[in-house]
Amino acid sequence: MASSITSPTTADDRVAARSVGARLLSRPEIGSLVGAAVILVFFLIAAPPFRDINNTGTILYQAALVGVMAVPVALLMIGGEFDLSAGVAVTTSGLTAGLFAYQLSVNVWVGILLALVVSLAVGAFNGWLLMRTGLPSFLVTLGTFFILQGLNIAVTRLTSGAVASNSISDMDGFRTAQWIFASEIHLGGVTIKIIILWWILFVAIAAWVLLKTQIGNWIFAVGGDAAAARAVGVPVKKVKIGLFMAVGFFAWFAGMQLLFVQNGVVQSGEGVGKEFVFIIAAVVGGCLLTGGYGSVVGGAVGALIFGMVQLGVVYAGWNPDWFKAFLGTMLLLATIVNLMVKNRAEAR
Amino acid sequence: MTTTESFASEAANSPTTPIVHLEDVGKSYGNVHALRGVSLSVRQGEITCVLGDNGAGKSTLIKIIAGLHDYTTGTMSVNGEERHFSSPRESLDSGIATVYQDLALAPLMSVWRNFFLGNELTKGPLGRLDERAMKRIAQQELTKMGISIPNLEQPVGKLSGGQKQCVAIARAIHFGAKVLILDEPTAALGVNQSGVVLKYVVKARDAGIGVIFITHNPHHAYLVGNHFVVLKLGRVALDTHRADITLEQLTTEMAGGSELEALTHELRDLAPDAVQKPKQDVVQEKEQ
Repeated sequence: MASSITSPTTADDRVAARSVGARLLSRPEIGSLVGAAVILVFFLIAAPPFRDINNTGTILYQAALVGVMAVPVALLMIGGEFDLSAGVAVTTSGLTAGLFAYQLSVNVWVGILLALVVSLAVGAFNGWLLMRTGLPSFLVTLGTFFILQGLNIAVTRLTSGAVASNSISDMDGFRTAQWIFASEIHLGGVTIKIIILWWILFVAIAAWVLLKTQIGNWIFAVGGDAAAARAVGVPVKKVKIGLFMAVGFFAWFAGMQLLFVQNGVVQSGEGVGKEFVFIIAAVVGGCLLTGGYGSVVGGAVGALIFGMVQLGVVYAGWNPDWFKAFLGTMLLLATIVNLMVKNRAEAR
Repeated sequence: MTTTESFASEAANSPTTPIVHLEDVGKSYGNVHALRGVSLSVRQGEITCVLGDNGAGKSTLIKIIAGLHDYTTGTMSVNGEERHFSSPRESLDSGIATVYQDLALAPLMSVWRNFFLGNELTKGPLGRLDERAMKRIAQQELTKMGISIPNLEQPVGKLSGGQKQCVAIARAIHFGAKVLILDEPTAALGVNQSGVVLKYVVKARDAGIGVIFITHNPHHAYLVGNHFVVLKLGRVALDTHRADITLEQLTTEMAGGSELEALTHELRDLAPDAVQKPKQDVVQEKEQ
């Protein structure tokens, strides 16, 4: 019997070496890059103001507003979960800092720190409840979404008597905080909002963590096959709770940006619907909705597509009413391109 | 990290030390007794085959040893010490590695990332993955086992069933397993690939590892096994050494023995012409 077995050391000659091109095309973010290039060229032709270098800063700013949150949302999706409360959590963070600092007349930074604690706690709660109950993240975070949405409005009205938080623009610590979260840099004629720089930094760090560290390996593993990951000793619960807390951290940061860019006022109803924009950015960027595959850079490209389409419609002089329909179409196209490119690369 | 060589020498010193010993172990899920009074010894350099039909309790047994479930009655000792595992990590830290039927490999991750999953090598203060070393070691270990995977960057999901099995086994051996639990390693494989996997099982045994080989194929079990335990409805129905049993006896025992005989008669009564006697009986009658 043993003699009839083909020696396994003989290399399997059915597998030909893959070309560099095919390997490049198998990267998760490649589809979104192609999509982004197509959209860029399209608007360069269709919308003359799009070609103006001065508008580049504005486009990047729109992208960064989505992109900052797309970073943890992409990581979470690669880890096999998603978070519907991510949009309103941003508002919760801004409101917490603003209302607390104003009501207790303390330094703005005390409110900022409290908002950080609250945001991390919301993330930890999401993750803990998910791991504890084993329910799908859709249900758990849908619950948190409504809880936060309700609390945002109710607590704001209770403390400030209005639907927005009181302005904290004349309080101690406001200037330094605004400088960190919402200042601008002028480079020639281009105005670069500081959140763009933060966004690039966050993407770089998160991409590095995902691809080059043990934690990153574990994120792929818990999303790809949680049971398999657990069996080889990966602390699945800790990784997933950590990912939800990362969403909390970035929601805190985005909330601070929101608070300080609007001169210390946050509208309590803001943020509803944003969670889908973050998820869309991640999916367009090549993250698999079922987990285990994706890229942080792809999520950033997804956010860039969002920013380009949103402003491209305006620059082209079209009625902004068309934006969402146009956006949806663009996103579908980008996703299909993504899928086609991926399938073709895998078939090689 | 302990290498396989050192186990080989340990094994040479004490070839029959039981590493894992189960005494009267039982497991109940509520009012369902999945496992009752199971005793089992796993020795270094031996292959213990656990056979049984679907639902006989094989999975429950390995889950207890692998630390996925705790047992409810009896005792389990590892290296002479009574243990209750509360997580797979504890089982792994005691030198017990399990290669599951679903292989515990993340399909979309590359071969080398899977190989080192949970045991990643890092360097530098920031804990950067030492990719070069991991790829090199993974390639070495796989070559040592005689597996050729040209591109370690390709996702594990694209490997063949036999290759996946071998990656999982090579991984367990590399990370210093003293006991290797193989859950139906040949169940989904063709004849050639089964042969390849069985050869690795033997290699693992020769390296001084105690192997628990779970299967419902008596032919595969008899090719490599030193010791056979047949489970039936959560109890041990047979516990014997290779010297005391033939393949035919083992097959009969596995197939249900007397129960199969009864079934044959029953079916013959239903359709006298359509049902033939099992081949084995025919042979025996000819001999008589």
